[in-house]
Amino acid sequence: MSAILVPVVVLGGLGLLFGFSLGFASKAFAVETDPKADEIRKVLPGANCGACGYPGCDGCAVAIAEGNAPVSACIVGGSSVAEKIADIMGTDAGNVVREVATVLCQGDCSKAKNKYAYAGLRDCRAQNILAGGSKACSYGCLGCGTCVDVCDFDAIHIVNGVALVDKEKCVACQACIKVCPKGIIELVPYDNEVVVKCKSNDPGKVVRKNCSIGCIGCQICVKNCPENAFSFENNLARINYEKCTNCGICVGKCPTGAIFSGLEQLKENVQ
Amino acid sequence: MNIFTILISTIFVNNYVFSQFLGICPFLGVSNKTETATGMGLAVTFVVTLSSVITWVIQKTILDKFGLQYLQTIVFILVIASLVQFVEMFLKKSSPNLYKALGVYLPLITTNCIVLGVAILNIEQKYNIIETIVNSLGASIGFAIALLLMAGIREKFDFADIPKPLQGFPIGLITSGLMAIAFLGFYGIV
Repeated sequence: MSAILVPVVVLGGLGLLFGFSLGFASKAFAVETDPKADEIRKVLPGANCGACGYPGCDGCAVAIAEGNAPVSACIVGGSSVAEKIADIMGTDAGNVVREVATVLCQGDCSKAKNKYAYAGLRDCRAQNILAGGSKACSYGCLGCGTCVDVCDFDAIHIVNGVALVDKEKCVACQACIKVCPKGIIELVPYDNEVVVKCKSNDPGKVVRKNCSIGCIGCQICVKNCPENAFSFENNLARINYEKCTNCGICVGKCPTGAIFSGLEQLKENVQ
Repeated sequence: MNIFTILISTIFVNNYVFSQFLGICPFLGVSNKTETATGMGLAVTFVVTLSSVITWVIQKTILDKFGLQYLQTIVFILVIASLVQFVEMFLKKSSPNLYKALGVYLPLITTNCIVLGVAILNIEQKYNIIETIVNSLGASIGFAIALLLMAGIREKFDFADIPKPLQGFPIGLITSGLMAIAFLGFYGIV
């Protein structure tokens, strides 16, 4: 009995002793911190994801309190957190656009061709080293799910060989954007339903050969857009999200289906 | 072994960084500027000396008495962790600039193996309390010297024409290896 009791008492006693002396020391050496920083820290999500560029939420709170960071510095918290922080700081939050990560590729197993069968490590970065991955299209999603592994919010999944972001769960922490070796994940405003989901700069003929849903550079969308929201360079159409009104004309005109409309997809899912 | 021999031996001959390879992490991490290196050296000196004395007392009065030598590691770690916390609070209050400069390396003293290494070696060598103090003081002075020398050299790197693949840590590792060989020159003094 004493063989157990003595060590427990000794270790517990020492722990208590040190605990109390540290508690005393923390009072004696207490440093006054900015109360604003403490309040801001309470409002922040506390995920410590580092998307703001500061080491954790503590660092972000101090930076905001000192005025080195804007009140909207927390990307994850979005406008609701920015408003609360603005209340604490006594300023106006301004208009914070909620953004979500979006994978700009739809070339799944049935639509995109492979140039070889990859059987190595299930990691996009490893696959990318082998001649740019197994996809015939050198810009496409490799589908190994490295972005899924780094997502702390369960917001990205591999669907039929292509990563797909769950808009509702995504907090725009940019972890997947940083890890994607192809650089095909981008932040898109949450309200924008119409997105060109292709990053290929190949000429149309090459795109056609490799993938049935890529942007072939026909520029039909550019000509038909009533808002002139499209720009076209390097064989790829781009949408200016500030101009786009989600009218969906381009979605209907696109011959390959490279322009993705979240609305259509949602309707299909419901049906 | 007399006290003077212990001091010289731990500072130069058995330098904990260069011949026993303890405390390499802060040695490479905090040796970019001589200013922070001095601060780190002082903080480590304080923690090592104080923790060695406390662990020695605890070993002799509690652990040996109750036959609890197997608790040595965990008890020593407890002492070291508490002391580092204490030093952190103290620095935050008395010298915020040094606190900021040391950054993450200050809490890392907790896991700096030189602290635990010295405390355990003091017991293994069967030192008495005075020898313990001298040995830990020597060990931490040796560490501080190594850190300062390294920082001084690394500050010169900025002006040196170093091949691109070797810039940063690689040249730091090569330099510390060369310094360890140089310290071999003290071998045979004691």
